[in-house]
Amino acid sequence: MKEEVITLFDGILWPSVALAGLAVFFGIVLAFASKKFAVEVDPRVTDVRVALPGANCGGCGYAGCDGLAEAIVRGDASITACPVGGADLVDQLARIMGVTAEATERHVARVICCGDKHNANEKYEYQGIQDCKAAEMLAGGSKSCRFGCTGLGTCVRACPFDAINIVNGIAVVDEEKCTACQKCIEACPKKIIELVPASKEVRVLCKNTEKGKSVMSVCKVGCISCQKCVKACKFDAIIFENNLAKIDYSKCTNCMMCAEACPTKTIYANFASRKKAYIEDEKCIGCTICKKHCSFEAIEGELKGKHKILEDKCVGCSQCIVKCPKKAMEMR
Amino acid sequence: MKIIAILISAILVNNFVLSRFLGICPFLGVSKKVETALGMGLAVTFVMALASVMTWLVQVFILDMLNLGYLQTIAFILVIASLVQFVEMVIKKTSPTLYQALGVYLPLITTNCAVLGVTILNIQESYNLIETLINGVGAALGFTLAIVLFAGVRERLETAPIPKALQGFPIALITASLLSIAFLGFSGLSIFK
Repeated sequence: MKEEVITLFDGILWPSVALAGLAVFFGIVLAFASKKFAVEVDPRVTDVRVALPGANCGGCGYAGCDGLAEAIVRGDASITACPVGGADLVDQLARIMGVTAEATERHVARVICCGDKHNANEKYEYQGIQDCKAAEMLAGGSKSCRFGCTGLGTCVRACPFDAINIVNGIAVVDEEKCTACQKCIEACPKKIIELVPASKEVRVLCKNTEKGKSVMSVCKVGCISCQKCVKACKFDAIIFENNLAKIDYSKCTNCMMCAEACPTKTIYANFASRKKAYIEDEKCIGCTICKKHCSFEAIEGELKGKHKILEDKCVGCSQCIVKCPKKAMEMR
Repeated sequence: MKIIAILISAILVNNFVLSRFLGICPFLGVSKKVETALGMGLAVTFVMALASVMTWLVQVFILDMLNLGYLQTIAFILVIASLVQFVEMVIKKTSPTLYQALGVYLPLITTNCAVLGVTILNIQESYNLIETLINGVGAALGFTLAIVLFAGVRERLETAPIPKALQGFPIALITASLLSIAFLGFSGLSIFK
């Protein structure tokens, strides 16, 4: 009887005591350590981190969302630093950080090339690694235009949001899905992807800085430096340098006149979405201010009389709306 | 001399990943980029060295004293898990830079079989404390070597023209097996005599 007690003692009690002792010891050490080595984290960091999208795309320039959350709370980054989150996120962050948000214009990436396989020629048949960076090393890719999109999809693979597709041999950004994280801009070996305001629907789709004749020989839709767009633009929004037109989006009014004037259709505009100005008769006091500011003579009406928009002349530049003192106009 | 033998044996001949097939999960999971592979290797080295020493002490001064050798596995898991937790806290407080470098990898490696494997092997081979430490570090260096080599190969596979059916994990597994066969060549090394 006595022997059995001893075995029981050896077989169960000691192991239990030893293991429990170890566990309790480590438990106490960890509890002690968690107090002693506690790193004070600003509770706002956690809040900001939760609010951020969490894709860790690195578009903000910090090492993932954690890095940005810390930078925002430290004050190193603005609450609008995340290019992905959009207005909702800025609102949330403004609430957490207790600051007011300035409205930010949504930006999207655009591939500045429209030389797809129907418009631009091939220099040679490329059979190497299906990647723009690899093709770039072979005489700048197989496309005849050395400024054009190679179309092997390096940007497509770089895009964390699945917003780029290859259509007819060139990359096209789906502006609905694009979050302006700039991954594609970094990835593109041709450097032909740019960030532009999403609201501006007019775009010059060419990067070729050569003279008109050599552009024409490589691509049907390249910018041939005719400068017709410069003359067509009433707002001085087209900068012409290095044999290439470029739109200054801070001046562009979406009037799409440059796109109408462009003989090679290098300047793209979505004419379907073109709006017309509209005057609310009840509010119009006949001050003629809108008429004076219309660059297209699309408004008629006498002083003190109701004004009217000539729909066939209005191009939707919305300058009259900006100037109307009675807020009697809107775009439709 | 024995120390050098243990080191080389742990790194090359009995490479933890490629000969003993321990720690396959991080080997396949964290080997897409050389950079992250190196981070993982660093964390493993850190944890294995510490765990080897701690578990050896626990084995000799607690389990052996009380004749409780059969509690080895569970006791070691307890020791390793607590140890890593503790080390993580200390690093977070004392060296934020090191914490950033090891950060996510530390908890990842805590419960890995490679760490438990090396601690149990230390006891089985009845190493003394110094040899235990060397074996732990050597095993971890072997792991680092294997995972970095593998990551280097996988980075190149990204752009290689691979048949559709083999893309992704299949080709990774084939690569791993080829690497393993390559390391088989070391088994002929006679460093033990």
